[in-house]
Amino acid sequence: MEKPKYPDSNIPAELSEEVIREDSMRPTRNWGLSTKIWLAFLFSVAGWGLYAYVHQLRGGLGVTAMRNYVSWGLYISTFVFFIGISHSGTLVSAILRITKQDWRMPITRIAELMTFVSLCFGGIMPIIDLGHPERIGNLVIFGRVQSPLMWDVMSIITYFTGSTVFLWLPMIPDMALMRDRLTDTTKRFDKFRKWLYTKLAIGWTGSKSQWKRLELVMTIMTIVIIPVAVSVHTVVSYIFAMTLRPGWNSTIFGPYFVAGALYSGSAIVILAMVIFRKLYHLEKYITYRHFDLMGRVVLALTLIYAYLNLNEYWIPGYKMATAESHLLHDLFSGSYSSAFWLCQFGTVLLPIIVMCFPKGRTPGSLAVVCTLIAIGAWVKRYLIVVPTLLHPFLPIQDVPSDWSQYFPNWVEWSVVMGALSGMVIIVTLYAKFFPMMSMWEVVHGAQVEESKRLAAEAVAHHEIEVHKSETAKAAL
Amino acid sequence: MEEQKDKISPESKEAGRRNFLKLGFLAAGLTVVGGGIEKVLSTEKKENPDTTVFTRDGKVFKADLNCLHEYTAPAVSNEEARRGIPGKKFVMVFDLAKCDGCKKCTEACQAMHFTEPDREWIKVFKMKDAETTAAYFMPKPCFHCDNPPCTKVCPVGATFKRQDGIVLIDDDRCIGCRSCMAACPYSTRFFNWSEPMQPEAVAHVTYSPEHGFPRQKGTTEKCDFCPHMIRDGKMPACVNGCPMNAIYFGDQNEDAVTNSAGTTVKFSQLLEDNSAYRFLEELGTEPRVYYLPPKNRKYPKPDLDSEGKEQKKDAKKPDMNKGMASMNM
Ligand code: SF4
Ligand code: SF4
Ligand code: SF4
Repeated sequence: MEKPKYPDSNIPAELSEEVIREDSMRPTRNWGLSTKIWLAFLFSVAGWGLYAYVHQLRGGLGVTAMRNYVSWGLYISTFVFFIGISHSGTLVSAILRITKQDWRMPITRIAELMTFVSLCFGGIMPIIDLGHPERIGNLVIFGRVQSPLMWDVMSIITYFTGSTVFLWLPMIPDMALMRDRLTDTTKRFDKFRKWLYTKLAIGWTGSKSQWKRLELVMTIMTIVIIPVAVSVHTVVSYIFAMTLRPGWNSTIFGPYFVAGALYSGSAIVILAMVIFRKLYHLEKYITYRHFDLMGRVVLALTLIYAYLNLNEYWIPGYKMATAESHLLHDLFSGSYSSAFWLCQFGTVLLPIIVMCFPKGRTPGSLAVVCTLIAIGAWVKRYLIVVPTLLHPFLPIQDVPSDWSQYFPNWVEWSVVMGALSGMVIIVTLYAKFFPMMSMWEVVHGAQVEESKRLAAEAVAHHEIEVHKSETAKAAL
Repeated sequence: MEEQKDKISPESKEAGRRNFLKLGFLAAGLTVVGGGIEKVLSTEKKENPDTTVFTRDGKVFKADLNCLHEYTAPAVSNEEARRGIPGKKFVMVFDLAKCDGCKKCTEACQAMHFTEPDREWIKVFKMKDAETTAAYFMPKPCFHCDNPPCTKVCPVGATFKRQDGIVLIDDDRCIGCRSCMAACPYSTRFFNWSEPMQPEAVAHVTYSPEHGFPRQKGTTEKCDFCPHMIRDGKMPACVNGCPMNAIYFGDQNEDAVTNSAGTTVKFSQLLEDNSAYRFLEELGTEPRVYYLPPKNRKYPKPDLDSEGKEQKKDAKKPDMNKGMASMNM
């Protein structure tokens, strides 16, 4: 199946329903040793992160490298990055659904899952960053809607709820199927799975009215989730843009963050596609065509992001206003310049060039490019948060040396890595319980392809007939 | 710790009527702590256990004089602390022509608020606006902005603007998100990153946003314009601590400001005569702190080359009694 040609079909038409279902469900049946080792590894990293967090709770945020000038550091940068990734699901799923791109079918589940997990941990990051996490209830008791942080809280909760529903809705028919297929519940584990599938299927029987309702609810969710997603990253940018600080005081921060989010989020979807395709042997379903198309999507988004980067730095860089100039000098030629230029050239410009070529949109090179993009997006978030804090309006004078510099220490790295492995744990567990492809959608897609093929065959057949009769006529 | 002992005013040991009244006032501050009193009373040896103290809510009890720490702040309710002192609009003016960068204001403030040594609620900057312009010293407290970016972004209203112009922080409510630190363009705020030091003198005092102690881990702090001193009819510590009489403090509604020499001048006239300005006016934060330009200075300008190398001067302990000097308001 896998050849560097780009098969035109979204899903190979010759695949039968049963094959599709079997291919999707097979990985959920065997929990191999490798899965267990992998999970053990992830849990130990997450446990270490938890230990670091408890250490931080005991000693206060003073155990991190943050001090009075750099009062936000790796946690807030990671928060912005994780929330950014969460845009992937919406993009692939909702936008492609609304534009009726049938090729999306085998990859929507992966994308929606990415949204879900990154929101879980993106939402936790600011809480980890709080000096008094136990007072979180004050947000309800004394909450002020005038505060950008409050906008974040509200929009992230909305988006999280929305995208959880959005992940679950298309799962319902699949859950019903798995519920019905799981007949042997002698083992306790299978009993649990049966229970889980039954709960998630909420009594799905596949009747006509149920299908109709599902279609309707999904259409509504698709339309609702897009503005919610855009609002989320816009207000995330507002916690910076609503201040007067050089580097943050920017009117394009909303769209700049949204573009950055889509750029990194879609790259993460491709990475997940590459990984699951390999692990779960989904080569038949996620074909070169999908990578080619997703590559084009990422290319377009990277171009938009590059354009906004240009605006964000070229405009103040041309004017060099006093306060901004200190920050910009630091970014362009100072201590942050190597990170800054590596981000711009290595993770924006280089991917653009590579993805312009059809060869650059094959799984192998996309894996490399998308890894670069993901790292670049993370570093860029850091470069937005930290250098600005190190360049306040008033000079930094006569302060303890650790106030005037910042690099995350082991506590922050451990907590962030713990959160990251938490994300991977959820993805792994999800993939071991649920099919990574929306089975009914892929089946539907295959049927569409099949009918297309039949129609084409009929036409061809008809043409041959016509041709035959014409030649027969001519012969007469 | 030694300094704080000084704070137990020696006068309070003199017997007499005055003492009785004073202690009554003192205890009023303490009663609110409830269990706190017993703690104070029991930890130290009893010397003069017969002093009668009565509390604001009318209770009378006997206490050992030595065991009571003077608590200068009147106990104001949280509500009062959020509202502010009625009818006032506090302002501060720095005469940069007089400031010689001695940092006595910083020391006085630090001693009075029991801050950690590296937290300078009022910081004296060595400024030089351009290569060609003169260097000067610029003390910078919180500007108590009238359009405060810090209070706008607080998600829980833990930092707030009062009707008397003062911007305060309620550490009992602060969740430690540090949005306010990100929003303040003047790097005015500090965070209690770890367990803060808790001097004995204030450890058992009832917390009030008006003085900010006892401190709590995971909350923010900054210059508070000393409302607990003002309520007591006194000037902020930094004002009185300035040996150059460079700091004026007062009420804009009364149009009068006073410096440590006790000179009271017309606020508007002072600004008018000296072409006063506010720092970074273009940011639109509307500071309540004004600066008089550093013209015709009598002291050497700051040495910017020695920046960083300079050792912290081992200054004498600030004279707290001076800090308590009465203020004509
Ligand atoms: S100087 Fe900073 S902390 Fe003080 S009121 Fe203004 S913005 Fe707030
Ligand atoms: S750190 Fe405290 S005072 Fe500052 S914005 Fe957050 S909750 Fe408000
Ligand atoms: S006004 Fe009070 S809190 Fe502010 S700097 Fe002066 S002494 Fe310190």
